[in-house]
Amino acid sequence: MKDFSYIRAATADAARQAAALPGAMLLAGGTTLIDLAKCGVAKPDSLIDITHLNGLDRIEVDERGATIGALAKMSHVADHAGIKSQFPAISEALWQAASAQIRNMATIGGNLMQRTRCPYFRDPANFPACNKRNPGSGCSAIGGVTRGHAVLGTSEACIATYPGDLAAALVAFDAMIHLGERRISVDAFFLLPGSTPDREHAMEPGEMITAIEIPASATARRSTYVKIRDRQSYEFAAASAAVGIEFEPDGRTIRDLRVALGGVATKPWRARAVEDALKGKVLEPEAIRAASLLAVEGAVDHGANRYKIELAPRVVARAILKLGETT
Amino acid sequence: MTSLPITLTINGLRHDLEIEPRVTLLDLLRERLDLTGTKKGCDRGQCGACTVLVDGRRVNSCLALAVSHDGAEILTIEGVAQGEDLHPVQAAFIAHDGFQCGFCTPGQIMSTLGLIAEGQAGDDPERIREGLSGNLCRCAAYGGIVEAVLEAQQNMAKSDRRTAA
Ligand SMILES: Cc1cc2nc3c(=O)[nH]c(=O)nc-3n(C[C@H](O)[C@H](O)[C@H](O)COP(=O)(O)OP(=O)(O)OC[C@H]3O[C@@H](n4cnc5c(N)ncnc54)[C@H](O)[C@@H]3O)c2cc1C
Ligand code: SF4
Ligand code: FES
Ligand code: FES
Repeated sequence: MKDFSYIRAATADAARQAAALPGAMLLAGGTTLIDLAKCGVAKPDSLIDITHLNGLDRIEVDERGATIGALAKMSHVADHAGIKSQFPAISEALWQAASAQIRNMATIGGNLMQRTRCPYFRDPANFPACNKRNPGSGCSAIGGVTRGHAVLGTSEACIATYPGDLAAALVAFDAMIHLGERRISVDAFFLLPGSTPDREHAMEPGEMITAIEIPASATARRSTYVKIRDRQSYEFAAASAAVGIEFEPDGRTIRDLRVALGGVATKPWRARAVEDALKGKVLEPEAIRAASLLAVEGAVDHGANRYKIELAPRVVARAILKLGETT
Repeated sequence: MTSLPITLTINGLRHDLEIEPRVTLLDLLRERLDLTGTKKGCDRGQCGACTVLVDGRRVNSCLALAVSHDGAEILTIEGVAQGEDLHPVQAAFIAHDGFQCGFCTPGQIMSTLGLIAEGQAGDDPERIREGLSGNLCRCAAYGGIVEAVLEAQQNMAKSDRRTAA
């Protein structure tokens, strides 16, 4: 790891300003940043430590929704009574992510900002070509080993999967990111790779995530996060689904539905086609399975990741049917 | 880069240190303070061999910058036993063969201490497995590890009741 200077930010404003300088990066839990510095991907000249700032780790849940400070730890949010009862999919997405140790270190702001696990991206010494790291250099993954790569939202420049679980659950429930005063939806915050995969989000220099806000809803209250992975725990998603459902008073007709996918797309992926197809329909396994196929409309594989196109709809259907059983 | 002054309390002892910003807590423990019980496996957050408690919570010391933890209380495997008396978790790992080569064991034991303090695992082997999934064992001593954790929890609960009585 190359050397860097270290500044402990005294206020959030000071942190934002310091991090806007060339070569400077914010340091939260460090579980992405220190890892990538060791890989030679992140080469900060200075780190602005925000972990000592007061008041940014609050978790507040009331009848309007939840507000979670950017410095709240993954473990605290996963374990929060209000989050567990009002937003079960958020809690489940968090406790199924990483390990207990990492969840004790990692913050919500850093979690959203985690980088792709594309093995070529993470190995600059052996794979100089990577449009995300080095714009215009090409993509080592296309034509390479693609088992973990995305099938939705890809471009000719980059097919890297956005790996985070939390953001998939957030995008399902219309969460907003607070960048100080500015508010932006999670969906708009994350950018498709297009021809500029180095630009991953809509944050400008001098901005910093201060909180996330999730509106309360009946779908969020009755929600779940189903994650399928190569091993049972401590692994990123091969495919995952955040789903929330609201029934009509008859308890069988779907009034509202939210579906988002993780592990298969270049950004947290809302599957509105599945939602639209099932609203007003009676919960019935055949119809659910058929509609879930719409989740991968337009999917493109690159060989070894083809299984994701079959897996993702099954994960969606499983999640919807699981919620239906809990009447 | 210039070294920065920090203070850490490690296994109950206060250390005033000057360190470079890039030094991880793991390297500080092993290279500067000769506390080599904490192991370096992957150095990337992927194996749990470097697990220590920071202010009572388990973390991977390989991804923690020491400067960022100025003022923290650290517990490493060297601080777990009381003199010659093993901690109940250590004793249970020996009784149940919760290891083979022993490389992952300090991390497993520190992670178990964190798990028990979190109070989540109960006596459900499945939840213990999930709770310790951040600690890999290349020798696959998992069977013995889960038995050891179950027994340690029972013994600690019993002695809690005895102290309470
Ligand atoms: C072995 C391993 C397994 C993992 N498994 C999973 C998994 O299964 N699912 C999953 O979702 N994640 C997983 N992760 C990723 C983990 O969740 C992230 O590393 C973590 O959430 C990052 O948070 P942090 O606070 O440590 O961020 P840091 O590493 O401190 O920061 C990450 C990035 O965000 C920036 N940043 C930090 N805070 C802010 C802010 N407030 N505003 C703007 N920018 C900010 C930093 O500058 C940096 O670029 C895994 C990580 C590891 C190492
Ligand atoms: S998929 Fe994206 S991140 Fe991976 S090598 Fe190609 S350009 Fe880089
Ligand atoms: S050495 Fe820290 S997790 Fe492997
Ligand atoms: S005992 Fe050898 S790695 Fe666990």
